Amino acid sequence: MSMSQNSRRQFIAQSAATASALAFPLVAGAQPKAIKIGVLHPVTGALAYSGQQCREGALMAIEDINKSGGIKSLGGAKIEALLGDAQSSPQAGAAEIEKMNEAGVSAVIGAFASAICLATTQAAAKYNLPHVVDVGVADQIVERGLKNTFRFGPGYRKCAEVAVANLHVLNTAAGKPAKTVMIIHEESLFGTGTANLLARELPGYGYDVKEVIKHANPTRDFNNIVLRMKAVNPDIVIPANYYNEYALLVRTMQQQKVTPKAIFSVLGGAASSYKFVKEFPDAANGIIDCNHWFNPKDKRSAELKKRVEAKGLFFSYEVFMAYTGMRLLADAINRAKSVDRAAIIDALNTSTFSDHIMPYGPTQFVNGQNMGAQPLMTQVYKNDIKVIIPRDYREVDAVFPLKA
Amino acid sequence: MNSTLKELGSIVLFVAVVACVPLVTDSGVTLNFVMMALYAALLAQAWNILGGFGGQFSFGHALFFGTGAYIQAIAQLQFGLNPWLALALAVTGSAAIGLGVGGLTFRYGLKGSYFALVTLAFAEVFRILALSVPFTGAGVGLMIPLSESFANMQFASRKGYLYLMLGFVAAALLVTWWLKHSRFGAYLQAVRDNEDAARAIGVNPFNVKLGAIGLSGALMGAGGAFYVQVFQYIDPGIAFGPGTSVEALVAAIVGGIGTLWGPVLGAVVLHVLADITRNMFGQLPGINMVIYGVVLVLIVMFLPRGIGGIAASVKSFFSKRGKP
Amino acid sequence: MMFDPGILFSSVLNGLTTGAVYALIALGLTLIYGVLHIINFAHGASLMLALYAVYMLKERFGMDPYLALPLVVPGMFALGYALQRVIINRASHGKDENILLVTLGISIVMENAALLFFKSDTRTIDTAYTLTTIPIGPAMIALPKLVAFAGALVVSGVLLWIVGKTDLGRAIRAVAKEKHGAKLMGIDVDHVYAMSFGIGLACLGAAACFLLPAYYVNPQVGGGFVLVAFTVVVLGGMGSFGGALIGGLLVGVVESLGGLYLGESLGQIGIFVIFIGVLLFRPQGLFGAKV
Repeated sequence: MSMSQNSRRQFIAQSAATASALAFPLVAGAQPKAIKIGVLHPVTGALAYSGQQCREGALMAIEDINKSGGIKSLGGAKIEALLGDAQSSPQAGAAEIEKMNEAGVSAVIGAFASAICLATTQAAAKYNLPHVVDVGVADQIVERGLKNTFRFGPGYRKCAEVAVANLHVLNTAAGKPAKTVMIIHEESLFGTGTANLLARELPGYGYDVKEVIKHANPTRDFNNIVLRMKAVNPDIVIPANYYNEYALLVRTMQQQKVTPKAIFSVLGGAASSYKFVKEFPDAANGIIDCNHWFNPKDKRSAELKKRVEAKGLFFSYEVFMAYTGMRLLADAINRAKSVDRAAIIDALNTSTFSDHIMPYGPTQFVNGQNMGAQPLMTQVYKNDIKVIIPRDYREVDAVFPLKA
Repeated sequence: MNSTLKELGSIVLFVAVVACVPLVTDSGVTLNFVMMALYAALLAQAWNILGGFGGQFSFGHALFFGTGAYIQAIAQLQFGLNPWLALALAVTGSAAIGLGVGGLTFRYGLKGSYFALVTLAFAEVFRILALSVPFTGAGVGLMIPLSESFANMQFASRKGYLYLMLGFVAAALLVTWWLKHSRFGAYLQAVRDNEDAARAIGVNPFNVKLGAIGLSGALMGAGGAFYVQVFQYIDPGIAFGPGTSVEALVAAIVGGIGTLWGPVLGAVVLHVLADITRNMFGQLPGINMVIYGVVLVLIVMFLPRGIGGIAASVKSFFSKRGKP
Repeated sequence: MMFDPGILFSSVLNGLTTGAVYALIALGLTLIYGVLHIINFAHGASLMLALYAVYMLKERFGMDPYLALPLVVPGMFALGYALQRVIINRASHGKDENILLVTLGISIVMENAALLFFKSDTRTIDTAYTLTTIPIGPAMIALPKLVAFAGALVVSGVLLWIVGKTDLGRAIRAVAKEKHGAKLMGIDVDHVYAMSFGIGLACLGAAACFLLPAYYVNPQVGGGFVLVAFTVVVLGGMGSFGGALIGGLLVGVVESLGGLYLGESLGQIGIFVIFIGVLLFRPQGLFGAKV
């Protein structure tokens, strides 16, 4: 029985339950109290785009949950979002947590950026406030021994490991045409951390890391980096940076006619981005990414994507990470049968949530990290983004190396 | 003489009142708010010593903030030192950087906009260096481990941090008070008002300005060390980025530069403003900052001497009224 | 590490073309500083607004960015004139620190108003020539960057002509040198200030037209250029157009070579070392008047 059949059965079962619940008239005035959840993201400042995308995802999830009957075990109680703006700074994020705590939220979801998450999870821990981390890939977030922190998705160590292993698989399957690597990363937490891990792991698989180039945020011009690329002539270029720089880099490579055997990204900012594919189809084609991705075999992913695009937004990772993170939280509240924070934390700790569109299987938290979390390998293929690895989720075969 | 004691009294009163806040409320929001307002006040006061009293506007005060922050973090992480000892080092270190930068720039006679821009450049240089050396964690930054205890300068509730910051603010207030009423302070202000005239009457402008930047740097460094203890994470952007530099100077100017209470007033007012606007229109991100910017411009337009200037204007208005 | 001459040559050319854009941005800044003696904190945010204007003209009306010059440049001029006349002048009360705060406040308003209207997505435009490169020796230089280079030369020339040969220019020079004397001579100082600020922002309008084809725009994009622009102004000499042009080109080349040898991140340090060095040892810059 495949994954999607299971979920479809569950979905039908849930709808039936909803229908029967509605069949019973509510006692007048017995409208259950709304459950307050803090939705905290950097919606202004440097990270505004990602923060707003995350917020959209979380709000859509809340909308869906409420529409399908709210939290069943609490009499159909609806979820009420308390919006917070982390203003792209850890201090503001921490201050918002204080506010949300005092407003009586039962849990918090946020805060996209690792540096902000470090501050918000810690502030929430003081009040034993459950905090679901929607993106925040720095591994330190779940390694500090905080009992209230839960990350549904993978951290960058996992992403780097998967990426390296899969690069080796692809390369071996193609007859090992690629040997030399050049890593280009942005200078802050995520880029540096990822690059360090890659530079450490790759030689073990027999790859020669010729150069690791760090660049600023923002970088105004990539011509020099591309010049170095010409000089070094690596088989594989591995970028790990944010959208703007990634896009500029790849466009510059296209302009300067630099065509490595593969552009293999790890948490690449624009590598598996519908926005980038739409705006620069030629530059984007063939790019491989190891990144957060949804389960392409689950029909609900396509439905969600359509709904998001109908709002004029791109279906970016921020949206579906926050969406599924919120659903995880709702599931835990439902199982906890309570809005008590400690009960929700217990429910999260024992969560086996599997009714989601991510390729994680049933949830299992160890020290706040979901063990089943994994990134997927995607490739831009005919102006669309398709999953190439692992086999369970594969949509097309990888093209590796790219046509010389 | 009388006003000197009165001012000292007002400082004591202020400290006493704020110290009572944690005794009357347990609200995390309030305690955090007061703590962060005090923090903003410290940064503004530090800036004010060099900018308001010394007349040297620095655009790169984050230089000292970041130095203090990194010393605080590195002392604990790489050398296993106790945070209180680290604090002493952080304060000394940032004062030393202040003396270094000051020595260089004052020696070459940089003033006004040139001085402002050079401090900005130094902050940027340090930011880029911090990004590049593994010693400071490079782009990854430094995280100090969670371990709450008084000895470890990490407190379970905001109360502890509030008292810590109150201590720093009190120290800054006392230093500022001393600048207002001491000979050194008089020399400093003389140099600010007319450097050549001051030199003519025997003041050594170089030494005096150096003293000011050292003090200013030390207090700013304390702010940086505090940040690390509260948020347990520092990276080059937070440490040396323009955000902190701007925060310090805006609060000081809005409150009224060269005064005792100006920076504190400005910090509190701006903090309240930011807080109110942040959640005003949750659905429309950006509008809160637009309002903040507009209010800032309006304050400057209608209160050219800062908020503290209101008090001064009111006083002079009434004293004029008194005369027949 | 040694690079072969082809790479070095390309790097220098890249630096020159990038530097040309820095020069365009710095030209306005140096005029504003030279005449009004204010450090315009809102310069980066103004550039961002100009970029959005160019973007909107392309997206809504299909107007090519270079053809948009006659619209964007006067538009930015008008914005600058109004800002100085109506807000900055009123708010400053002649105190330096107040002008600082006012321009800072304006930049906050601009950046967040843009966030409100345009949302936070990064926008790019696509033109037929975006990817075209012109081979110059071993180097392949993107066409938009070459156009920007030419543009910088033209704009500098125009500015030099305005300030050197027109009545307005004479008035500007008079006010810059001796404000009170100029007023006594009957020059409307407020008007001259506003004109200068307007011209300063108009330069940004031109910069935006040349920059967008090779770059992008989002509400925070201005911030990335502010420090570089300041460096160029200081290096070239506050108030000198020739200095802004040469300074821009120089900074571009230093950044390029620094990036090549030290890595892009550490290479940025070259810019600030120049900045500090100039301020300490030759504060008037290359071509500025003696301080």
